[in-house]
Amino acid sequence: MTPTSTFGVNTMLSSKHFFLLPALLTLVAIILFPLLFTIRVSFSSWDVFQSGLDYIGGKNYGRVLADERFWQSLGRLSLLSLISVSLQYTLGFALALAVWKQVRGGRFLRVLFLIPMMTTPVVMSVIWRTVFHESLGPANDILGMFGIGAVPWLSSATGAFISVLIVEVWQWTPFMFLLLLAGLVSLPREPYLAAAIDGAGTWRTFWQVTFPLMAPITIGALIIRLIEASKIMDTVYVLTSGGPGTATETSSYYIYIRGLRDFQIGYSAALSLVYLVIMIVSLTVIAKLLLRLLVGKVG
Amino acid sequence: MKYRFTTSASVLAIIASSAVPVSAQDYTRFGIEQDLPGTCSYAATDAKDYSGRTLNIITHAIPVIGEPTALHAEQFAELTGAEVNVVHVPFGDLFQRIMIPFQSEQNAYDVMFYPSLWIGDFSRFLAPVPEAYVNSTGMMDVTPSFTGVATWNGEMIQYPMDGDRHYLKFRTDVFDNAEVQAQYLADTGNELTVPATWEEYNQVAAYFNASDWDGDGELNYGSAEVAKRDDLMFSAFISRAAPYAKHPDVQGGFFFDLETMEPLINTPGFVRGLELFIEAQASFPPGGTNFGLGDEIFSFGGGQTLMSYSWDDAYIQANQEDSRIRNMVAAAPLPGASEVWNRTTGAWDTFETPNRAPYMTWGWSSAVSSMSEEQEMGFDFLCFFSNEANAEHDMQIGRFGVNPYRNSHFDIDYWKGQGWADETAQTYVTTLSEMEESQNRVFDLRVPGVSQFMSSMANGVAEAMAGQKTAQDALDDVAQEWAEIADRIGKDRLRDAYANVVTLEDNEG
Repeated sequence: MTPTSTFGVNTMLSSKHFFLLPALLTLVAIILFPLLFTIRVSFSSWDVFQSGLDYIGGKNYGRVLADERFWQSLGRLSLLSLISVSLQYTLGFALALAVWKQVRGGRFLRVLFLIPMMTTPVVMSVIWRTVFHESLGPANDILGMFGIGAVPWLSSATGAFISVLIVEVWQWTPFMFLLLLAGLVSLPREPYLAAAIDGAGTWRTFWQVTFPLMAPITIGALIIRLIEASKIMDTVYVLTSGGPGTATETSSYYIYIRGLRDFQIGYSAALSLVYLVIMIVSLTVIAKLLLRLLVGKVG
Repeated sequence: MKYRFTTSASVLAIIASSAVPVSAQDYTRFGIEQDLPGTCSYAATDAKDYSGRTLNIITHAIPVIGEPTALHAEQFAELTGAEVNVVHVPFGDLFQRIMIPFQSEQNAYDVMFYPSLWIGDFSRFLAPVPEAYVNSTGMMDVTPSFTGVATWNGEMIQYPMDGDRHYLKFRTDVFDNAEVQAQYLADTGNELTVPATWEEYNQVAAYFNASDWDGDGELNYGSAEVAKRDDLMFSAFISRAAPYAKHPDVQGGFFFDLETMEPLINTPGFVRGLELFIEAQASFPPGGTNFGLGDEIFSFGGGQTLMSYSWDDAYIQANQEDSRIRNMVAAAPLPGASEVWNRTTGAWDTFETPNRAPYMTWGWSSAVSSMSEEQEMGFDFLCFFSNEANAEHDMQIGRFGVNPYRNSHFDIDYWKGQGWADETAQTYVTTLSEMEESQNRVFDLRVPGVSQFMSSMANGVAEAMAGQKTAQDALDDVAQEWAEIADRIGKDRLRDAYANVVTLEDNEG
């Protein structure tokens, strides 16, 4: 390689880097800077009575480890996310299968199924709160028509947990439906022809052909929804405010209370980072397990 | 220096505007019945010229306080030529939206409207109210309680524009009904009277719970209370615990012992209050344990429940023209306690006449930022906002959230003029004005970090209400958290701030 050509390559690389610069700067501005700032804040005692970035070492992290309420909220969130995403997946898959084949009114149904996802969570939570209102809401009225007594939707721990679950499933099943339907539409026809020639029935075709072929999309859909579900905040805020007691208090709602209500900026930054690390680790593990379980099985 | 100049200028301007006879111009186009004389009347404000100047205001979302802010900002702009920008923020975000610019030393807003109990956090960022406004006609009429609420370390730094307190509301068509009284006596062996203690309140509520006592074909219930965590439930708990924990002969702190700054929140008086709050849940309407303030207003104001206690909103709603229970409600002091915890002797003291501890429940206030370059205009706006005509106008509209805070607001004829019956108006005025005279009032914990203390307390109370912990265990945990918060703030700093509250409670202010 001659010096001239080295110079040419270097020039080319430099100009390439130059063109990458806007994207890199954007990345730094929108991801790295807030993250680094949050890390810095988490080592400070920034609070309502103490502004500014002093340095208090790992005190905030020590508090997080001893914060029973945070860990309880994390456990509650895990349970809520796993149940709601499982239900969303099951229902979403069932609905996608229902409109996958040509059915009468298929287009109408597709639009209908997507409506919940397109509404604003806060607005829908307000409407659901009215639905679940125990003396004035329609939910208990309808149950009453069937002779079922009033259900304490929002005033009992179990009822409130189920109510949040119902709203989550109602709102986000369409997202699963959309992804899984897109996956179904893109499946190759040959395996189905082969299965038909082999005389496989509907049930067997589903388990032996459709389900394995859908595995990569399933994993993607589940992970995306788990990430989203782990951030649940607005539904809880409007529907139950985390109550009764702490029965529906999730991690993000708890961090909101500490950060924005109590104005414990340093401590809530530490909570957010611990939460972020836990989420990254647990979702990575879940993704690996799903890959092994679903794709590994195909292999 | 600049501040002194502007203050002096505003003093002169106010004196000048008060002295100059104003022409009897018609201001009814602004929605008031008539312009009332006063330092910051429509005519006086009309004489000012703020053309080319801008005032930035942050306030609560519409309607509560947000709607009158927007209304009076528009009027102020029209009268003075100023450009007035109003930012409306939901309650949950209001604190941080004001605090972040304060802490980062940005002059974001000239005027702020916010709950008065945040004074401990905001005090170092607020401009003192200039003497001219302290001596204005409107301010001179403000009751001592709300002058006290606006004062910090002997200096007025908040501008009073609302007066809030908790009191009891009940249905007179039930309590005054001879048949119902006879039936109650026959069934319980007790006279049906307006509850004088929280034990009586719970008993009456339980008796009338889940029965159609108003004969409309729907079930009625005993009590509507703000019991939803994070939705002002902390105030309901304070109302219930106050008479058991606020001993009239014990001075030096209700929430903390001022001397040691040890939390008192888990002492037997508070525990008793919480136990009775838990017991009362049995008389709530379905879902009542999840009632926020809006639900409570709707439940009592809509005729679903026999009794309630909180701010004025439900009372005003119940007495609006379109209400089916208009003039069927009356007001009374919050129930008291026959046994009061004496923390000095460590024993319960028995009271023949129940101990009352009226709770002056924060309420909205306003202030001008010390960083503002338009302090004079800011105070002029607040003075105009709360002028005599505007205050009377705003009090008539329940959703505005402006409640009596001046001596002249306790004029029974004014309320009867709104179509209220004698008993409805008389009990309302008497209840509110007598709270002013009480020597055993309770005020909010107006110290730095108040949100942390109240959030911790609400969580503990909610856990006990939900059966997750016993009342004692829940409040023990709250006390431990309060001690940790106090350590973070610094006990001396906390004591200095809390002394302002104790001064009011011990009637030293």
